[in-house]
Amino acid sequence: MLIARVVGELTATQKHPSHEGRKLLLVQPLNLDGSNRGDAIVAMDAVDAGVGDQVLVATEGFSAMTSVGRPNSPIDTAVIAFIDAIELVPGVA
Amino acid sequence: MTLGRVVGCVWSTVKHPGLHGLRLLFVQPLTPELAPTGRRIICTDCTGAGTGELVYWVGGKEASFPFLPAEPPVDRTIVGIVDSIHLRKAEPVETAPGPAAAPKRKGKKSC
Repeated sequence: MLIARVVGELTATQKHPSHEGRKLLLVQPLNLDGSNRGDAIVAMDAVDAGVGDQVLVATEGFSAMTSVGRPNSPIDTAVIAFIDAIELVPGVA
Repeated sequence: MTLGRVVGCVWSTVKHPGLHGLRLLFVQPLTPELAPTGRRIICTDCTGAGTGELVYWVGGKEASFPFLPAEPPVDRTIVGIVDSIHLRKAEPVETAPGPAAAPKRKGKKSC
């Protein structure tokens, strides 16, 4: 799972039928210090997230597709939670 | 899933029988600002995408799911043609619930 920030929304008319009825979000993975980590990815929304939200992203197929209630569908990334706070223990990480 | 643009197609005559009838497209991965990033890849397609179109694809085992019950040996498949992208730079909007969480964050910006 990744910590990420929602940076945009994406619309697609012509898509696999299993993607209908769910929002597609562009999410930017983050480092623990809040800086960007790699390139943004497309994720299906399971929690009604919006632009600017800090979220948890599942990047493995089974967890992603079951979290949006679409088993056996071509979904490999999903936004599965909002992040309220992150607590780091100094000197451990 | 990743954003990309179809930049060409690949033709193959001798291939795994599971790939027969599948289109193979060259795709350039893009950032949300539509700048090219990373190496071009080859994807199969289940949407009818053509050259020049903005698409998104899935990777891994899920890439074969659009073709069920067939299970072609593919690891990336285009699953949608993008109509539009609504992009907004993440500005630090103070909407985060739980004000008690703020002091605990170490160098962490709020959402």
